Amino acid sequence: MIETAGDAGLIASPDITELPLWKQEGATPFLRIENITKKFGDFTAVDNISLDIYKNELFCLLGGSGSGKSTLLRMLAGFESPTSGRIIIDGVDMSGVQPWKRPVNMMFQSYALFPHLSVEDNVGFGLKREGLGRAEVKQRVAEMLDMVQLGHLGKRKPSQLSGGQRQRVALARSLVKRPKLLLLDEPLGALDKKLREETQFELINIQEELGVTFVVVTHDQEEAMTLATRIGVMNNGIIVQTAEPHDVYEYPNSRFVAEFVGSVNLFEGRIIEDQPDSVRINSQEAGAVLYVSHGISCAPNQKVHVAVRPEKMRISREQPDQQENCVCGVVEEYAYMGGLTVYRVRLASGKEVRVTQPNTSREASERLTWKEQVYLYWDLDSSVVLTA
Amino acid sequence: MSIQTGSAWVDGSGSRLAKYNFFKRINWGRASVFSVPTLWLAIFFFIPFLVVFKISLSESAIAVPPYTALLDWNAEDAYINLKLNLGNYLFLFEDSFYIDAYLSSIKIAAVSTFFTLLIAFPIAYLMARSKPSMRALLLALVILPFWTSFLLRVYAWMGFLKKNGLVNEFLMGTGIIDQPLIMLQTDFAVYIGIVYTYLPFMVLPLYSALEKMDMTLLEAAEDLGARPTTSFFLITVPLAVPGIIAGCVLVFIPAVGEFVIPSLLGGSDTLMIGRVLWDEFFLNRDWPMASAVAIVMLIVLVLPIMLIRNSQGKEETA
Amino acid sequence: MKRRSLFLNTTATMGFIFLYAPMIALVVYSFNKSKLVTVWGGWSLKWYGELFRNDQIIDAALLSFKIAFISASVAVVLGTMAGFVLSRFGRSRGKMILSGWISAPLVMPEVITGLSLLLLFVAMESAFGWPAGRGTSTIIIAHVTFCMAYVAVIVQSRLSQMDETLEEAAMDLGAKPSSLFFLVTLPLIMPAVISGWLLSFTLSLDDLVIASFVSGPGNSTLPMVIFSKVRLGVSPEVNALATLMIAVVAIGVVAAMWQMRRQTKLLADQE
Repeated sequence: MIETAGDAGLIASPDITELPLWKQEGATPFLRIENITKKFGDFTAVDNISLDIYKNELFCLLGGSGSGKSTLLRMLAGFESPTSGRIIIDGVDMSGVQPWKRPVNMMFQSYALFPHLSVEDNVGFGLKREGLGRAEVKQRVAEMLDMVQLGHLGKRKPSQLSGGQRQRVALARSLVKRPKLLLLDEPLGALDKKLREETQFELINIQEELGVTFVVVTHDQEEAMTLATRIGVMNNGIIVQTAEPHDVYEYPNSRFVAEFVGSVNLFEGRIIEDQPDSVRINSQEAGAVLYVSHGISCAPNQKVHVAVRPEKMRISREQPDQQENCVCGVVEEYAYMGGLTVYRVRLASGKEVRVTQPNTSREASERLTWKEQVYLYWDLDSSVVLTA
Repeated sequence: MSIQTGSAWVDGSGSRLAKYNFFKRINWGRASVFSVPTLWLAIFFFIPFLVVFKISLSESAIAVPPYTALLDWNAEDAYINLKLNLGNYLFLFEDSFYIDAYLSSIKIAAVSTFFTLLIAFPIAYLMARSKPSMRALLLALVILPFWTSFLLRVYAWMGFLKKNGLVNEFLMGTGIIDQPLIMLQTDFAVYIGIVYTYLPFMVLPLYSALEKMDMTLLEAAEDLGARPTTSFFLITVPLAVPGIIAGCVLVFIPAVGEFVIPSLLGGSDTLMIGRVLWDEFFLNRDWPMASAVAIVMLIVLVLPIMLIRNSQGKEETA
Repeated sequence: MKRRSLFLNTTATMGFIFLYAPMIALVVYSFNKSKLVTVWGGWSLKWYGELFRNDQIIDAALLSFKIAFISASVAVVLGTMAGFVLSRFGRSRGKMILSGWISAPLVMPEVITGLSLLLLFVAMESAFGWPAGRGTSTIIIAHVTFCMAYVAVIVQSRLSQMDETLEEAAMDLGAKPSSLFFLVTLPLIMPAVISGWLLSFTLSLDDLVIASFVSGPGNSTLPMVIFSKVRLGVSPEVNALATLMIAVVAIGVVAAMWQMRRQTKLLADQE
């Protein structure tokens, strides 16, 4: 069921679920990053990255400090010029195009609101640079401020606004020029947790309403998960994995991604049986033979890691019926967190495993406690084999 | 910025704007922003020293201007005659008058710098530790004399220190002394004058160093068992060192070359090199000698201190 | 702890008394009726009248104000440019030279600066015929040279405190570097530019040594006139003049403080 990009919008039949653009073969990317490298002296901040981002996407670049995500964003805005490679936005090569001439706007992490200008003048700044008439500027500023629900605060200075209000002004200012591409650098980073959750959904609504392509840089995996259509996980200047949020979490392609996004238990082992749709892995660390219900392509006897998320494991005093994917250990520590309990279980090999269990019962007596011998087991399709 | 972009710590110049490609191209606006102030300083600050050096090698003459030319152009024989007169420099070192003047300037400047530091430290410390509203008031009190005329502030001490001035009136009135003290036209008055006029130059760098200090450091030191006096000398003073150095340089160098203070407050025997230079120039009209005095002062006193200051500044930015 | 802060307060208070006692005495004595400046003869405004009838002082003051105004204005332009180069241009050899030169006039003994500039003017006059003689213009050039250093330092420190992303944001919104400077950078560093101007004005108004070297005959600035008067001893007219100057500065500083306080209060109220 593959459609071409051109037909995608025309076919509106309800029984055909439209594939997102990035899954359609031959779809034209809106933003194309081609072999971009950025070096600062000897240090390579961005290392030969290629990436396609499609129209109306909300793409998140997720990574830690120094992963190169902000440098990549700044190259899109034009504040840094790539050492090599090209950036193509909507079919136009951006090499040598100065920041003030790009069809791109940016929302800064610090918001960078001009402290000497009122909210209206901040939002209108970019429109005036385009040479629009006073009346039109005024009207578009008013529309934009209404959209972010700040219509009544237009005369204020940024210093007279709360953090959340400043964030909206920054958003309004970056959107008012109707950019083809909006870059957001840690858009919610400066807000407190509660406000951040509210704003996340607001941001998605605005993005869908305006149909602007967003590229968001963040170090917060939850933020990336909630916002993104796709996530690019960055480390050491390269994109390790590009996938939809669900796939990044459930099917990480490497140990780095598995450990960076959420928490994970990794068991080192060697492949002993390699079938097209399943593999068996002998793991000293786990003290068991582990079974994974998906095939992998790798050399026989290769060293691999089996990744199991803590919430995919079950824990019990009695030995379960299942033979496969069952290991045995001693409860070392546990933390009751209300909705769930986190256990740290030490296996015979010395390996420490983290397990989270929902607290379905209110009775404290049923809970496991220190030094208890327990069995940990998980479904055959719950684990992933990582070769990288 | 919580996110390391790479640029922030790799680019030593600290300016990200610097790296836009459009700035790398030849840009006339950018070029003139750089070259206008640089050329001005080159012409009116740097080249003059070369001129001074040149004239210090010529001989005094009764002419306009009152010195001989270094280069003689003999048109008939097509000779260029270069005459370098080192006599001025030799004379500087032969005549103990000049060496005494240099040494006495250094002594007076060093002693007054020390006392300025002594008086400025409590003021700066009090300012740094007081509440913001009080801080603004104290800062204004320190800055206010800084904005009033230097000359008039020196002059104020003339009325204060003279034989029948306020200090003597007060001391005699309270019966501490029965004869007026001779204070004006002594080295003592010069010390007072320098300390007084340069005090703000010492207070401000000290204050900015002490203000940056995290007060919880002192609490931590006391928590670890240091008495207040111990933590003052082990924590506060070391952290104020950049301010102390900056303040001392700002006081010491101008004080060495000071002219107004010794000529208004000092006696005829108060020997300071700035005054010697002034007299060579205005009274003796010996421009080459005055130039030689200036060059030696520059090389012996000013250059080393400026080098120290520069290397310190580099350490701080590194 | 208590005893220590008592010690601190006492020494700091003595420091402030040291700073202000001579100036207060000067102000009080300017209202002295007696011609003998040392003997108190009752309150009077007599010396203020004398001051305003003294043409030499009035002319010198007018000349000094003119020089200070022009020098400060030129120095602010050049100093702002230099400060901008120092904080916003990338590392280059030219910038290193500028940053080395710009701080030198701040610590150079005035006698050296004055002498070297005079010798330059003399050499230039014999080489190019300009400047023909010395006077107002040579004093202005000299004052601009050391005042621009102060302005550059003030502007540079303000620029380095300023968030560079503001300038990036302006560029992102379509402002070219030239309009960016006037729309965003300059308004934000305006307080520094203004204080640089005021400082330059004061320094120029106050300068005795450099002006003495580079001025020509008939171009006596106010400090030169004062110096020649007080060299001979205390003069009641100079007391009156000093009082007026202290009053102007005090009013200025208090007004600046009040303004700053009002602004911070305004911000605090809205938080």
